[in-house]
Parts: sequence; C-alpha cells; structure tokens
Amino acid sequence: MALRKPPLREVHAARDAKFTEFGGWDMPVEFDSIRTEHTAVRESAGIFDVSHMGEIEVSGPDATALMQRLTTNDVTLLEPGDSQYAMITDDEGTILDDTVVYRLPDDEAERYLFIPNAGHDEQMYARWTDHRDEWGLDARVKNVTDEWAMFAVQGPDAKDAVAATAEGGIGYLSKFEAAYENVVGVRSWVARTGYTGEDGFEILCPVDDAEAVWNAFVDDHDCQPCGLGARDTLRIEMGFLLSGQDFDPESEPHDPYEAGVGFTVKLGKEFVGRDALEAAYEEGTDEKFVGLKLLDRGVARHGYDVVDDGDVVGRVTSGTMSPTLGEPVALGYVSTELAESGTHLRVVVRGQEKRAKIVSTPFLD
Amino acid sequence: MFEVPEDRKYLESHEYATTGGDTATIGITDFAQDELGDVVFVELPGEGEELTKGEEFGVVESIKAVSDLYAPVSGTVVAVNEDLFDAPELVNEDPYGDGWMLEVEVADEGAFDELLSAEEYRDQTE
Repeated sequence: MALRKPPLREVHAARDAKFTEFGGWDMPVEFDSIRTEHTAVRESAGIFDVSHMGEIEVSGPDATALMQRLTTNDVTLLEPGDSQYAMITDDEGTILDDTVVYRLPDDEAERYLFIPNAGHDEQMYARWTDHRDEWGLDARVKNVTDEWAMFAVQGPDAKDAVAATAEGGIGYLSKFEAAYENVVGVRSWVARTGYTGEDGFEILCPVDDAEAVWNAFVDDHDCQPCGLGARDTLRIEMGFLLSGQDFDPESEPHDPYEAGVGFTVKLGKEFVGRDALEAAYEEGTDEKFVGLKLLDRGVARHGYDVVDDGDVVGRVTSGTMSPTLGEPVALGYVSTELAESGTHLRVVVRGQEKRAKIVSTPFLD
Repeated sequence: MFEVPEDRKYLESHEYATTGGDTATIGITDFAQDELGDVVFVELPGEGEELTKGEEFGVVESIKAVSDLYAPVSGTVVAVNEDLFDAPELVNEDPYGDGWMLEVEVADEGAFDELLSAEEYRDQTE
C-alpha cells in the first residue's frame, strides 16, 4: 500500500530530513539530530509536522449525543473553544485510540473536531458513521484529515513565536483552549495543546497554505524543525501514551485504568464500554502502566520483558535514553502488586537482566 | 558527502577495519553513524576475546535504534576503546578517530581480501 504523504513531504526532504513510516504515513523522523531537536523543545522552541494526525468533524442536532456515546470523557463540560483528552473504547472497555476532542466555536450549534492518531482516521470515521446509523442519530461526520496540515510549536519560547505570527494574539488562550486565528494571514485553528510537556500550541491550517505557516516559524521565528524521533523522546520523558505502542486493541489491549488514564473516564454517562469499565473500576486492575529507570547500562525498548526473581511480571512498551536526564527510561506494564514507586525489578535486554526501578512519571521534575 | 578514508576496508554492514599493520582498528563508518543518529550506548567484547569475520561482536544503540556490529576481520581483541562507555557520542563526532571501537590482532594475511575498498563502499552508500 502506498504511504500517505504529509503536504510538506518535499519541503522536508529538501531540508535533508530522514523519513520513517508511521501509521501508514511517510513522516520526517529526524531533521538534525534527535538530541538537538529534543533540547530545542526543552530550552527554546521546536516545530513538528504532525499532519499524520487525523481530523474528524462532527456536527448536527445529535453531535453531542454521538460524541458522548463514543468517547469516555464528558463533552458537555466543553464550552466553545475548549478541548479535552479522551479515550475511545470498545464494549469491553479496551482502548481503541486516544484523542483530543475540541468543541468548535459556534453560537448556533454544538460542533466538534476530534483528532484520532495517525492511521486511525478512516477507522474512526467508520465507527462514528456506523454508530450514528445504528442509533438513528442526526449528525454529520466528516473526515477532513486530508484537508488540514497540523503543526505543533512547542517549548518555552513557543508562546512568543505563535503570538508574533497570530493576528489577534494568542495570550488569551489557556492550556487546552483553542480558537480560529490568522497565522501569517492563514486562517488556522490554534490550540494550546501538545505532547511534549512544554508549553506550546498545535496549529491546524489548510494544506495549500501549510508551507507559508511552516516557513514562518522555521525561518522567521527560530523554531527548530523536529521529527517524530524527538516527539517520541519528549513524550516518553513525560510518561505520555503512544497509541499503537503503549496500548493497542490487538497487541497490547488495555483499559484506561490499566493505562493510567482513568481520569478521562466519566462513568456517570452512557458510552460504549461504560459497563465493562465500571466493573474494572470496582474490581481493580491486574496490571498498571508505570515508569521504569534502568540502573545498569543499557536501553530498554518496546517488547522487552520485565522480570522479578526470574518470573516475567510485565513488559516494556516504550523506552529510550532520556536526552534530558542522560539516563535510560522506559514505560510499560507490570503486575499491580509490583507497581509501587521504588520497587526494584529487572528488564531483560538481549538476554541479560538489567536492574531497574519503578519511578513515578513524568520522569522530569 | 560522507567521509570514506582510503586507508581501510569496509563491510556492507558499515563496519571498517584499518589495513597495513599487524593489528586492525575496527569501528563504524561516517555513513553508519549518521544513519543511527545520536549514539547512546556501545557494547563491546573484552580484551583477549576472539572475533570471527562476519559474525556479531557487539551492539551500538542510538536514541532511536539498536544495531548489531559485525566483525570485518577475524582476530583477537588487543584493545577496547573504553572512552566510548562514558562518551558514546564520540562515535558520531569522530567515527574514524576517537570513535574507534576495537583493535584486533589480525588472524591471517588474507583477512582483508573479501572486504570492500573505499571506492566500492562509497558506491554502495550513494
């Protein structure tokens, strides 16, 4: 199957980016070096092309009902311009994907935009339309993934960079708020959200104007172009989940409580997976998502076993050498009774057991 | 674009061995370090251990990937670059110099015969 290309694929190639396949997309993984890009985001500002993220719009009289029944969080808490983190679960409460739901500013009607992960947009579009039809709801669902480019401008200097390019300023936006603004004259959806742990913004702009927006940040506002490599190391340092890796309905099935995102589940409303999740909440979970620090030399990576006294008690789902800390860090699942911070376990790296310790996330202070 | 010095020979898997002495210095190429990105960890055999041409002798890990190292020549390890344990980034900064990995006493004179010349290796990476 041919890979989907972000609108600026050739612009990045001209800048000598390296590419990787991710979620069916051909994405820049590294522009300069992961360490350089990572440091720029922690200390100044970086820009990521995350146009592989999906965008689905939901509108119409039953838009709220449809969103409410297909996501775990409570969309009725959202004022226009607000957003929330939510899970999309199946009947068993297993996470299919995680997403950010925005309520679009519209005085007349309740309209939503949500962001499925790379490669999940078609599946979620089908899920939304199938359930709408099954439930007889009056809502319009539109997959607009190919109409929008998405950039994340992240880091302590991101606010100044976005403020300088946005006509109306963006200082009024609090964390998780969003608005339409003209960014270098391009009408864009600007949200104070991100996936790095730093202050920052995610900007959706029309595909045809994407290059002007990208170039403004890179050339005029000193934002370091960053690839998916640094995006991964930054989110791992924060303990953020990656869909398809830290949870996946096929290879790593988990409910939101196991995955440490129980705060996104609102059991006081009806949604797909609610009853299973209520039972899981009452019974407690067998496994928990934890942070691990390796105490021996080595790097823990996806799929490595976590052992205790020779018994397998869990596995690593994400791991790297933390560029900020200079220490190997990992995320993964371990048996609940061993999940307490300070517990000493071992991670099997190429047949050798390396000492490791459970720590609370984020790994950074 | 990538440096490929003439005073050594190469494996397709991007390791080099210096030629012209009783011992060969082994490491990875400029191209390889660039492909890997920031090197964060190197696992190498100890002095006295035997390498067999074409077989794994260690591991290099970058932030994004882990990669096996293959021996370009057979022989006995006579020196290990222990600086890499605390400063693995030397592999990125100076792959043919301070980022060397092992010094090996070469087992036989024909050891270099099947390796790629600088020119052949350059062709492979272009």
